[in-house]
Amino acid sequence: MFADQTTMDVLKTRGANVLKYATLISMTLLVIIPMVPIFFGSFKTNNEFYSTSVWAPPRSFFNFENYRIAFTDGNMLLGFMNTFLIMVIAITVSVFIGAMTAYVLERFKFTGRKLITMLFLFATLIPVITLNIAIFSLMTWIGRNFGIQIINTRLAAIILFAGTDIITVYIFMQFLKHIPVALDESAVIDGAGYFKIFFAIILPLLKPAITTVIILKFVAIYNDFYIPMLYMPADHLAVISTALENFRGPFGSRWEVICAGQMITIFPILVIFIALQKYIYRGLLVGSVKE
Amino acid sequence: MQTHPEPVKAPDLTKTKTLSTMKHERNVLIVTFLFVPVFLLIVFTYLPALNMLRYSFFRWDGNAPFMDYVGFDNYVTLFNQPRYTGVMLNSLYYIGASFVQLFLALVLAFWLSFRLKGTNFFKGVFFFPYLLNGVAVALMFLFFFEPNGTLNSILRFVGADSAIRLWLTEPVINNMLLATISIWRYIGFNIVLFIAVISAISPELYEAAEIDGANRTQILWKIVVPNIRMIILLNLILAIKGAISVFEVPFLITRGDWGTSTFVIEALRITFGGNPRYGLGSAFAIVLFVLIILITLMQKALLKEER
Repeated sequence: MFADQTTMDVLKTRGANVLKYATLISMTLLVIIPMVPIFFGSFKTNNEFYSTSVWAPPRSFFNFENYRIAFTDGNMLLGFMNTFLIMVIAITVSVFIGAMTAYVLERFKFTGRKLITMLFLFATLIPVITLNIAIFSLMTWIGRNFGIQIINTRLAAIILFAGTDIITVYIFMQFLKHIPVALDESAVIDGAGYFKIFFAIILPLLKPAITTVIILKFVAIYNDFYIPMLYMPADHLAVISTALENFRGPFGSRWEVICAGQMITIFPILVIFIALQKYIYRGLLVGSVKE
Repeated sequence: MQTHPEPVKAPDLTKTKTLSTMKHERNVLIVTFLFVPVFLLIVFTYLPALNMLRYSFFRWDGNAPFMDYVGFDNYVTLFNQPRYTGVMLNSLYYIGASFVQLFLALVLAFWLSFRLKGTNFFKGVFFFPYLLNGVAVALMFLFFFEPNGTLNSILRFVGADSAIRLWLTEPVINNMLLATISIWRYIGFNIVLFIAVISAISPELYEAAEIDGANRTQILWKIVVPNIRMIILLNLILAIKGAISVFEVPFLITRGDWGTSTFVIEALRITFGGNPRYGLGSAFAIVLFVLIILITLMQKALLKEER
C-alpha cells in the first residue's frame, strides 16, 4: 500500500510536470506567434505578400528589398541617427545632472537642503504622462516670448528625457548612501577640493548605478513614441518609433515594407538583449524596486 | 575584544586647503551643481503641474490671448457626458488585465523557480516583449487582428470560420483584446521580478513544508505568496498605474475609435484635436493625475506599514 502511494506520487509529479511544460510551451508560442508572420512577410515581394498565407515562408530569405526601402524611403536610417543622437546626449546629461544633484544633497548640509530634497522626492509622485498638455504650451510660450525654439527641435526630447527625470537622482542618492563618507574625508586631508572629489572619487564609484541608469534610459528612449510624436512632428526629426509609425500612410498597401520596418526596430534590441541579458534584468529590476 | 584606534594620518598642511577656501569651494559647488537640475525641475515639472491645474478652470483654445474662467464647468462636463465617463470606465479593462497578469506571472515564476529545464530560455522569451518598441508591438497586433491577418488565418486553419469577425471594431471585445496585448507586453517583467524574489526565500521553509506533506500548490499559496506579499502588492499598484495611463498601443491600433479611448488618448484628442480645448483636456489630465497620486500615496502607506 505504501509502495503504491509512492508510485502514485511519482506519476502525479510526472503528470504535473507534463502539464507545466505544456503550459510553458503554449505561452512561448503565444509570445512568438504574432512575430512569425511579420518575420516571414518582411522577405516577401508585394505580390507574394498579398497572395500567400501569412504562415507561408517567403520564397527567399535573402530578399532584402523591403529592408532597403524601409531604411531609405522609410527614413529608418534617419530615425536611427536621431534616436542615437538624442540618446547619447540625454543619457550623458541625465547621468551628470543626477550624480551632481545626488552628491550635493547626500554629502552637504546647507540651508534649503531639506526643501530641495523634498522637491525632488515629491516629484517622483507626479505622473509625467499627464503633464504634457501644460509642458507643450509652456514650450510654445518660451518659443514665442524668449525666442528659444524647443518644439520641433531635438532639444524638446533631450530636456524631457534628461531634465525632468527624477528617478535617476533617486537611484544615485540611494547608491551614495552606501559609499562611506570617510572616502571623501581622507581625500580632503590629501588636499583634494570638492570638485576633484566628485570627479575623481564619487563618479567612478557610482559606476554600477550609472550602468543601471544607462540601461533604464536606453530602453525608455529607444522605445518611446509619445514624446517624439507630440514634440517633434517634423519629418527630418523622425526617431525610430515615429519613423516606423509614419510607414502607415505611404506604405499602407505595402505591408511587406511595414514588416521589414518592424524587424529593423526589433533586431537591435534582440541582439542587445541576448548579449546583456543579465545586466538588463538587474538594471530594470533595480529601477522598479527603487520607484 | 581589543580594538585598535585607526592610525591618524598627520595632515599635510602644505597640501591641505585652508578652511575658508574649502568653505568657499563648497558653496560654489552647491550652487553650480544644483542650479541646472533645480531649474529644470521647477520649470518643466512643477510649473506645468500648476499651469495645468489652472487651465482646467478655464475655456481656452491654447492660442487666444484670453482665457475664459468657467469654474468647475470642465469637470462637470467630464463626469456628465457618457463619452467621457465611458473613457474612464475603459480603464477597468486594463485594471482587470493587471490582476490576470500578476496571477499568471506568479504561477509561472513559481514553476520556473523549481527544478525545471530551460528556465532561462522561458524567462528570456517571456521577458523579450517588454523590451520591444511600442510602435512595433502595435503594428504587429494590428496585423494580428486584420481581417486577413494572423488570428483569422489560424481560425480558418482550424475550421473555426464562424468565429471570424472584425476584431478591432466590435465593442467590448476590442477593449478586451487591447488589454490582453498589455498582458503580452508586460507580463515578462513581473515574471523576472517574481523569480528574483522567490529565489530569496529561505529554502528551509519549503523543505519543512515538504516534510509536513504539503504539495506544490499549497507551498505556493501558503509559503511563497505570504512571503512576497509586499512585492506582489507593489507590482499590482505599479500595474494599475500603468493600466489607467495606458496610451501607446490602443492609440496606435485603434486611435481610440470604436469605444477604445483611454484617459491619455482622450486628453490629447480634446487638447490637440480639431477644435482644441485646453481647459477640458487639462481637466481630464488632472483627474488622471489625482487618481495616480492617490494610488501612489496608498503604495507609500503600504511600504511604511511594512517597515
